[in-house]
Amino acid sequence: MRIAVFATCLVDGLFADVGKATIALLRRLGHDVDLPLEQTCCGQMHVNTGYPREALPLVRRYVDTFARYDAVVAPSGSCTGAIRHQHAELAGAAGDATLAEAAREVASRTFELSEFLVDRLGVTDVGAYFPHRVTYHPTCHSLRLLRVGDRPYRLLRAVRGIELVELPSADACCGFGGTFALKNGEVSTAMLADKMRCILDTGAGVCAAGDASCLMHIGGGLSRLQAGVRTVHLAEILASTESSAA
Amino acid sequence: MTFLGIPTASSTGHLRAPRTFPEAAHDALGNAQLRRNLGDATATIRAKRAGVVAELPDWEQLRAAGAAIKDETLAHLDEYLIQLEEQVTERGGVVHWARDADEANRTVVELVRAAGADEVVKVKSMATQEIALNEALADAGITALETDLAELIVQLGHDAPSHILVPAIHRNRSEIREIFLREMAGVDPALTDDPRALAEAARTYLRRKFLSAQVAISGANFAVAEAGTLCVFESEGNGRMCLTLPRTLITVMGIEKLVPTWRDLEVFLQTLPRSSTGERMNPYTSMWTGATEGQQFHLVLLDNGRTATLADPHGRSALRCIRCSACLNVCPVYERTGGHAYGSVYPGPIGAVLSPQLTGVEHNPTLPFASSLCGACFDACPVAIDIPSMLIHLRAQVVDAKREAHHTPTPEAAIMAAAAWTMNRPRWWARGLRAARLSRFVRRRRALPPPLSAWTASRDLPDPPRETLRDWWQREGGVQ
Repeated sequence: MRIAVFATCLVDGLFADVGKATIALLRRLGHDVDLPLEQTCCGQMHVNTGYPREALPLVRRYVDTFARYDAVVAPSGSCTGAIRHQHAELAGAAGDATLAEAAREVASRTFELSEFLVDRLGVTDVGAYFPHRVTYHPTCHSLRLLRVGDRPYRLLRAVRGIELVELPSADACCGFGGTFALKNGEVSTAMLADKMRCILDTGAGVCAAGDASCLMHIGGGLSRLQAGVRTVHLAEILASTESSAA
Repeated sequence: MTFLGIPTASSTGHLRAPRTFPEAAHDALGNAQLRRNLGDATATIRAKRAGVVAELPDWEQLRAAGAAIKDETLAHLDEYLIQLEEQVTERGGVVHWARDADEANRTVVELVRAAGADEVVKVKSMATQEIALNEALADAGITALETDLAELIVQLGHDAPSHILVPAIHRNRSEIREIFLREMAGVDPALTDDPRALAEAARTYLRRKFLSAQVAISGANFAVAEAGTLCVFESEGNGRMCLTLPRTLITVMGIEKLVPTWRDLEVFLQTLPRSSTGERMNPYTSMWTGATEGQQFHLVLLDNGRTATLADPHGRSALRCIRCSACLNVCPVYERTGGHAYGSVYPGPIGAVLSPQLTGVEHNPTLPFASSLCGACFDACPVAIDIPSMLIHLRAQVVDAKREAHHTPTPEAAIMAAAAWTMNRPRWWARGLRAARLSRFVRRRRALPPPLSAWTASRDLPDPPRETLRDWWQREGGVQ
């Protein structure tokens, strides 16, 4: 199986470790992994802010970059959701039926990390070791756009050394919402404050999630609080082993 | 008779937010009492709703059925409205058509005057809130008395409703006691803040009004086209008093509130109370058809931007809304800001899509952005309105409207265009990411310029990595 990683623009530029972890994990499970460098961004920021026209070339780029792979894996529920729910529709709305069909086809082979591991590879124990007290924020788009359900939890429960603690009001939005965090910065901050209170209530030292974007928001707030809780992407936990444990 | 299919001029009434959403939200966020009242109330309703929804094994099918019935109604709205008019007329009612709030208000004022009344009792109604009927009646020297308890609290408090179903959700009981003591004529000065005592005070006050009122004004939850039957769901019995005692009943109803047949009601009798109050069945369901002998019934059918909304294939499913307010109770944005921040009678997620459509997006340009697109509203909606997708659709309309209004692009549009240009050129993109690494030396703290200052006001920025992922890949990533 030719697997490509769609790192997402945020991981490429700001959270390279999440991309490296995704690649390392898939390799450890015995797969050939490629990171095609023609990739950039899924275009979700443009679409969700009201600029669908600007996103159309990015849809074409995504399709052209990834059409030749058997599977595309993204360490992001949000970007996977955009690819699955927005790409074909954008192309269709622009009157490009060929691109819409191609986008639908590539989207059907694009997976969020936990979906790919559990559904496509059929594994829940990926041989990881992570000796920390961890609470998991499920992120809205993984939860509601992709319906990943308990897949991340199944993967985390199989990690050795981990102490997984339930996050109160887990399904509440953290308040990131892309440009919402800027356009409605104060509401976003109020939502973040409640999310952080729930995280701190668990006593966990690590807050994990499957989206670097939500983690950037939550981590930025926790850092400002100097709360001593770090944010870690699901891929980084799953990639950890006894020899590499952070 | 109006010509359906021709979008009307923009609506009037209480639909246009006087301030931007972020401005209005700022005030609400700073009000700790309001935040606490809202948080407690929405959490309680959420839990109650989840419990009764989980009881039904066919909830998803009921949602789909509700959506299908409403879509069928909207697809043939012209035919069903004419059928309703014929049925109501045949049974002794009088039907009036109103293009906008002003026309509807004029009609109601004339009807109240013709009945010789200077006081009316009202059943809580979103349509009459929407058209600002109480204010129009007051201008005509007619006193309108809200009889729903929460609506009465809002009215006596010279306040605006903050929730579709729980208009006084932003008030706690000690605040309500103060309002009653200050505003309610003849109330016992020893009134406590015990909910039962507060309800009893309101009951005594209202009873006198029910018995003397000559005219009642209601909204309608549903109208059955095949029978000409109107329907109101309520919990306190005040609606039933209004609908039976006065000699003249005037109902103001949005034209989308129809269902084709009696049988269709069955779905909504299950989904509406469960979604709104978390009850299996609502306490009072009143239905009436035409006029009883000695009484008069007038039905005012209100457009006020609805046919314009119907004309948009991406936006029209907002007209499925049955005003249950489930989306408000699950919305993290509504929970923090309350309804007043939305500046329209329709708050929360449904308000963020409905108000801009009824008024045209140029009149409510910040509402489609008042959402983190978390999707909780879509999951909760009993008629499966895809509110997140509709918000995105309306955002594009707002951006297009700005493009048309200004010759030079807004700073945001320039940033978006530049980002898209770069993201479509991997080499430039790689260079841009490398340049961003330099911000490591700028450090990550507070003083970023707008619009990024909105981020750094409360959040640190992450330290960019020493090396971008693609640079790492080119250096050694291909190596197994």
